[in-house]
Amino acid sequence: MADRPVAIRVAALRKSFGTHEVLKGVSLTAREGDVVAIIGGSGSGKSTMLRCINFLETPSAGTIEIGGEAVAMRGDGSPSDRRQIERLRQSLGMVFQSFNLWTHKTVLENLIEVPVHVLKTPRSDAEARAHKLLARVGLAEKAGAYPAFMSGGQQQRAAIARALCMEPRAMLFDEPTSALDPELVGEVLAVIKALADEGRTMILVTHEMKFAREVASHVIYLHNGVIEEEGPPETLFGDPKSERLKQFLKTVG
Amino acid sequence: MREFFVPRRIVMLVLGLALVVWCVVALRWDWLANPKYQALILTGIWNTLWLLVVTMVVGMALAIPLGFAQAVGPWYLAAPARIFCGIIRGTPLLLQLWLLYYGIGSLFPSVPWIRDSALWPILRQAWPYAVVALSLSVAGYEGEVMRGAFKGVPHGQLEAAKAMGMPRFTIFRRIWLPQALHRVLPTLGGETVLQMKATPLVATITVVDIYAVSSRVRQDTFIVYEPLLLLAVVYMVIAGLIVLLFHWLERRVPTRSA
Repeated sequence: MADRPVAIRVAALRKSFGTHEVLKGVSLTAREGDVVAIIGGSGSGKSTMLRCINFLETPSAGTIEIGGEAVAMRGDGSPSDRRQIERLRQSLGMVFQSFNLWTHKTVLENLIEVPVHVLKTPRSDAEARAHKLLARVGLAEKAGAYPAFMSGGQQQRAAIARALCMEPRAMLFDEPTSALDPELVGEVLAVIKALADEGRTMILVTHEMKFAREVASHVIYLHNGVIEEEGPPETLFGDPKSERLKQFLKTVG
Repeated sequence: MREFFVPRRIVMLVLGLALVVWCVVALRWDWLANPKYQALILTGIWNTLWLLVVTMVVGMALAIPLGFAQAVGPWYLAAPARIFCGIIRGTPLLLQLWLLYYGIGSLFPSVPWIRDSALWPILRQAWPYAVVALSLSVAGYEGEVMRGAFKGVPHGQLEAAKAMGMPRFTIFRRIWLPQALHRVLPTLGGETVLQMKATPLVATITVVDIYAVSSRVRQDTFIVYEPLLLLAVVYMVIAGLIVLLFHWLERRVPTRSA
């Protein structure tokens, strides 16, 4: 298990917004094929932790390694090489809570945008890959649709396909089902589950405890910017040690 | 079709038709047969049209950086952009036009290297001043509109692009600008009609647009209303075409407000 190469390593990560310290030195290691779930109450810093990995938030201190490559940072934690950040982001597929499909483009155009216009993949290759991915997430017939005319669940599945279309090394999910109507949650979770089953590396911030327990190989419980407890899902959910986690699991679940 | 011809509509149609027939029969249109005026009218329409198109395009090209600088630029770019838009929007276009033509335009001949330059045959004509003044006017008004449009693009749209490793200029070119432009389309249609209605001002600096042509006919023939009626029809047709064009543009990307 432990000899698989490290996909993402975060060490002693700190992040402050002004005087408010959101992350107080958190670490995480995801090897190829790992599914790391980050859980915690609102304001625990779980989304911030995820967003620091692809530098949507600038860390205040700590180190981040993607695929064995350390991100060059200045003393204050901000990345010093914009091109490196852009390149590393291309290897991390991010899925947002609010989907964020580009509204002025069709689903197909959303999928091939970065492959064609940034990664310079030939258009026909990118389109072929996009159609295959859309079929996988059950949206084969929606290639020409605009996001505004799709349900939340469809939009989120399209957003997952868009992230996959860049052939990323790992996927980052930021509460992918939190903005969905309850009856649409299942279809999105099914897609994520299928990705986990095929051995994709992913880091997942979620409120769906049952789902985290089902797909995760490792679970991190964050509270007030520190890792309160972590471990395999069976132990974390089955036999929590920390009082706070016990309390948390009782309230959510 | 049957529902269309209700009594009140029939009355309106008859009245409208009667007005048109009266205009044709009772008014004097013989000057329209004069080839001299026919050529002049075509020249006038052509000049009005290209002035409108060129100044809208140049003005928008300036409005994009002006709006972007105001929306997200550093203060040393945002402040001058804001001041420029304030001045343009705060003074009459006629004044701007005259300041350029009678002010700067009359200074140029006294500067030897301008008089001797290859550009002088162009600079001694009136239309360059008309183009500059009308373009700056568009830039001032639309700069303000674009500021709001850039700010109005949801942050998540840009964040998704960032998260996928798009370089900054690509984000601007492929995501931010197209979405901002799409947002201003409904406004821009109206502004283009307003710009069309601002073009007659160029007649005051001797540019022969369609308005100048109608004045010319009046001065030559002492016929007053007929050239003005023609003028109204020409402007209404152009305005109609502008509206249709923008409707078509807006429909190209279907959006639904949440």
